Amino acid sequence: MNTLILKTTSRFLFTLLLLLSVFLLLRGHNEPGGGFIGALVAVGAYALFALAHGLNAARKLLPLPPLRLVGWGLLVALVSALVAFFLDKPLMTGVWFSLFGVKIGTPVVFDIGVYLTVFGALLSAIFGLEESAHTQEGS
Amino acid sequence: MSWLLVLPLLIPLATGILCLVLASRPAQRVLGLVGALSLLGSALALLIQVNARGIQAVQVGNWPAPFGITFVADHLSALMVLITGVVAVAVALYALATGDELREHLGYYPLSQLLLFGVNGAFLTGDLFNLYVWFEVLLLASFVLMILGGSKAQLTGGVKYFAVSLFSSILFLVAVGLLYGATGALNMADLATRMGSVAPGLLTALAMLFLGAFGLKAAVFPFFFWLPASYPAPPVMISALFAGLLTKVGVYALIRVFTLLFTQDVGFTHGLILWIAGLTLFLGVLMALAQGELRRLLSFQLVSHIGYMLMGLGILSPLALTGSVFYALNHMIVIAALFLLAGLLQRLQGTTVLVRMGGLYRSHPWLAVLFLLPAFSLAGLPPFSGFWAKFTLVAAGLQAGQYAIVTVALLVGLLTLLSMGLVFAEVFWKDAPQALGQAPGGWGGLVVPVVLLAVLTLGIGLWAEPLLGLSQAAARELLEPGRYIEAVLGVSR
Repeated sequence: MNTLILKTTSRFLFTLLLLLSVFLLLRGHNEPGGGFIGALVAVGAYALFALAHGLNAARKLLPLPPLRLVGWGLLVALVSALVAFFLDKPLMTGVWFSLFGVKIGTPVVFDIGVYLTVFGALLSAIFGLEESAHTQEGS
Repeated sequence: MSWLLVLPLLIPLATGILCLVLASRPAQRVLGLVGALSLLGSALALLIQVNARGIQAVQVGNWPAPFGITFVADHLSALMVLITGVVAVAVALYALATGDELREHLGYYPLSQLLLFGVNGAFLTGDLFNLYVWFEVLLLASFVLMILGGSKAQLTGGVKYFAVSLFSSILFLVAVGLLYGATGALNMADLATRMGSVAPGLLTALAMLFLGAFGLKAAVFPFFFWLPASYPAPPVMISALFAGLLTKVGVYALIRVFTLLFTQDVGFTHGLILWIAGLTLFLGVLMALAQGELRRLLSFQLVSHIGYMLMGLGILSPLALTGSVFYALNHMIVIAALFLLAGLLQRLQGTTVLVRMGGLYRSHPWLAVLFLLPAFSLAGLPPFSGFWAKFTLVAAGLQAGQYAIVTVALLVGLLTLLSMGLVFAEVFWKDAPQALGQAPGGWGGLVVPVVLLAVLTLGIGLWAEPLLGLSQAAARELLEPGRYIEAVLGVSR
């Protein structure tokens, strides 16, 4: 899609949507939101950017290939579940720390893991679909 | 310590995740083997713990029992996890020796670890809805593994597998929903205490729904059609994993549900299970005799022998359940060995169609001996583990006066021997139909896991006492649900 309006607005929307997704992620602990929904919004941002600027431009904005992000997300979630081990509690028991007056708990870390996992999985699906659509057009 | 109980879950999960994160092929290959070995070690530690201190339970997330996520390990669960570890190690060795570059690149290692994660979860969970979730985890992994690499045969088999699995999942979910509606509980120990308050007619209907859902997964009569249509399709390093583990999860679920929950109308439910066992045994082996392709033949043998495990459940005496558990453990080892061997033969001869094979006795006499070990064990000849499994079941049947099923069981043993004999004649004795080319690539590494499993079945056969004793302990716990319930609900919070 090669329109000037989309190209211009997608740059603003990309940033805004990513900010919104982080907001949703952090809000999710006690109110509607969370890692899953936050990741969906972030995927929306990347999908929009890919539509406007092409797949390669969107890929360049990613630190890692999407499937590797799934691995890292799962790793973060697993680590959050394992913290309880050091306190002699059963697996996945919620543990809270205080860091500079801000309370941080393992549920939030777990949610960040969910965020990365969902983000990576959905994005690799969307990129894959987009890619195969392009190759079919080309052939 | 409660962490021992979740280790068989954490190890495959962590291994799978590390495979995803590292993504380099050599690292994944090493991780696959290390993961399988540590799984085996943790399962052994768990079994020792259960044997020493009785049923272990843990509430994940530290929420109290009927509401939290419960994992329970009794003798049955711990034994199943242990043999899962054995099969995992054998298959990991086989995959290393195969070196299937395409499928390794497509994620064989993370997916097989995810499969093990799901299988162990299903064995260890103490919650009926979580059992459904674990089924979904292992199905998810198995769907992708089934079609990994995307050959035409794999896609055809995959579609059938996918459709049947989804149908059984829906059946299972509906059954869980109805049971929750009737009792207000999902934790299996909690459920067991409430089953008395449900109307008997409703209970029987629910029991039938569960029988259908798990029967589909375990591939028993009349639901077995899908298994021989799909299991032979993927490469052996995948189908051996399926054959060894997946149907046994269905059998495990049947044993668990029909000893803990549905024991009110034993005459009807367990009588029906006995019929299903007999028909599965007999029809399965007849179909196996009619097959001309080795892996399809083994798939039908797999189906047929699920009947033995149900036979013990149908008779429902301590000795019969001992036989069921022992048979399941023995069968996991034996069928995995035979599937791996089929892969090895395919590597040697380029085909698994029996007519086109032959002449191996002359060129590889030791391989013939290696085939006979698990084949005789499958048929139930002494001194292999299959003999003790069958012997226990037959003894239990005679004790209970179930002469019809005992006759079927013995007859099927003979027919299995006939079927294995036919395979031996076709593959090893017969002259090779055409000049065989040299095996493409080495096959030395592929022998190692088969030898390990064959020696294991011989070792269990010669020294059956420990495993038989553990199976007996498992049967005792199954027939006294009180201890299971106490371990889950009475646990310190």
